[in-house]
Amino acid sequence: MGLFDRHAGLLDAYRDVRTTGADPFQIRMERVLSPTEAIINGKKCLTVGTNNYFGLTFDPSCMQAAIDAIQAEGTGTTGSRIANGSYSEHVALEEEIAAFYGKKHCMVFTTGYQANLGVISTLAGPDDFLLIDADSHASIYDACKQTQAEVVRFKHNDPASLDARLRRLGDKPGNRLVVLEGIYSMLGDSAPLKEFVEVCKKYGAYVLVDEAHSLGALGDNGRGLCESAGVLDDCHFIVGTFSKTLGAIGGYCVSNDPDFDILRVTVRSYMFTASLPPSIVASVRQALKVVKARPELRKQLWDNVATLYDGLSAQGFKLGPEHGPVVGVHLPDRMTAIGFWRAMLDAGIYVNVAVPPATPNGVSLLRCSLCAVHTKEQLEHMIEVMTGIGRQMGVLPPKLRAAG
Amino acid sequence: MSTAQNLIVENDDAPHSFRRHPSRGEVMAEICAQLDAFRADDAQVIRGATVISKDLSIDSLAVMDMIMELEDRFDVSIPMNTVAEIHTVDELADTILKLAARR
Repeated sequence: MGLFDRHAGLLDAYRDVRTTGADPFQIRMERVLSPTEAIINGKKCLTVGTNNYFGLTFDPSCMQAAIDAIQAEGTGTTGSRIANGSYSEHVALEEEIAAFYGKKHCMVFTTGYQANLGVISTLAGPDDFLLIDADSHASIYDACKQTQAEVVRFKHNDPASLDARLRRLGDKPGNRLVVLEGIYSMLGDSAPLKEFVEVCKKYGAYVLVDEAHSLGALGDNGRGLCESAGVLDDCHFIVGTFSKTLGAIGGYCVSNDPDFDILRVTVRSYMFTASLPPSIVASVRQALKVVKARPELRKQLWDNVATLYDGLSAQGFKLGPEHGPVVGVHLPDRMTAIGFWRAMLDAGIYVNVAVPPATPNGVSLLRCSLCAVHTKEQLEHMIEVMTGIGRQMGVLPPKLRAAG
Repeated sequence: MSTAQNLIVENDDAPHSFRRHPSRGEVMAEICAQLDAFRADDAQVIRGATVISKDLSIDSLAVMDMIMELEDRFDVSIPMNTVAEIHTVDELADTILKLAARR
């Protein structure tokens, strides 16, 4: 058996995908023009699938901070912080994020994926119990493969399901670590965090919340669901990313635990990879300032969410359960989703397509993510285009004639 | 439809003790019910030796979701690490019975 034979099923599925004439997993942005526009296939497209929630990738102050940092300190650190040492800016960034959350400690990682992978797999050790939401991100599932703890999965966004699993552990010794996400990345739904925290308190479990998609979007100060749900102090660990609202790349974890810093010499995804380059650290520090200084971006984001979600819903599309910066559009099957995605690209609108096995419950989705700087006109145009394609493909019923 | 379901009759506990100590027949019947929708065709019979991920048309995520349903039905938790070692319907039933007995 050859090394690639075990992927035969996936290769077949992938071949099906490519029969539509475009490969959604190898799309080439020939030129990115702005947070909301790019040239794809020689054509200017509206981008509604970039997780660029505040549009800060082109913020002039963030861009300038990155340029200045490159001129001052060069392009990269060429090593890990354990081996090569930290730059002052790494430490400053950690202090600023810790202060943003009002927590004592912060560790910065090179990606959000590595933050989840390293922190979760290291916190829960042998004889501990790791309890994860069924719809957790791949980085959390991969942490489960690395951890020596016993891993138990509970039903998505279901505090009673978590309660049952914690209860079943009874008086077994060992810590309980519960992993939740602020906003889930496929359907844009939020965790019932207050209820989850109550369950965790009842059983003395630690709470870790991944705010990757909710940083900036939720809470009066943009700290995420832990802030909007009023449970910041009850969340022992908050993980997040710099690659979405903050417009760059990187991850972090904050905590009040006095011994938190021991993770710097135990978490392998922190120790054995190069640290963030000066330009990224500088643009992220500036982006965090912008998030604090411009709360109107949060309002603009949610106004845009309402325009797209309510507009698509009114046309009869089946969407995720609630308003969120990610709007997931359900389609009946994989090939319909790919065909729909391709038709939108031809019409000059780029969104993500998400199909099994990357999606919960085997659903096929068009995954749209909103940006604070999308205009109402852009989104209304998108609704019109999607409605047209939806009718043509039979996903929506044909247009009703006006009575009389 | 499935031979395993017939086992219920031969070895059933009193209804009130079902939650704490399910019989093997009850467990097998429930597994068969959960897997029914994933049979390769209508003629397929799910047996103890059926290899879940190979003989049925079920992906790994659906297996984990089915296991969550079984967990709640029998009030046990099957750790993900253990799930990786379960291949057949018999092995799944054995695991549930073992965990239920340990309560």
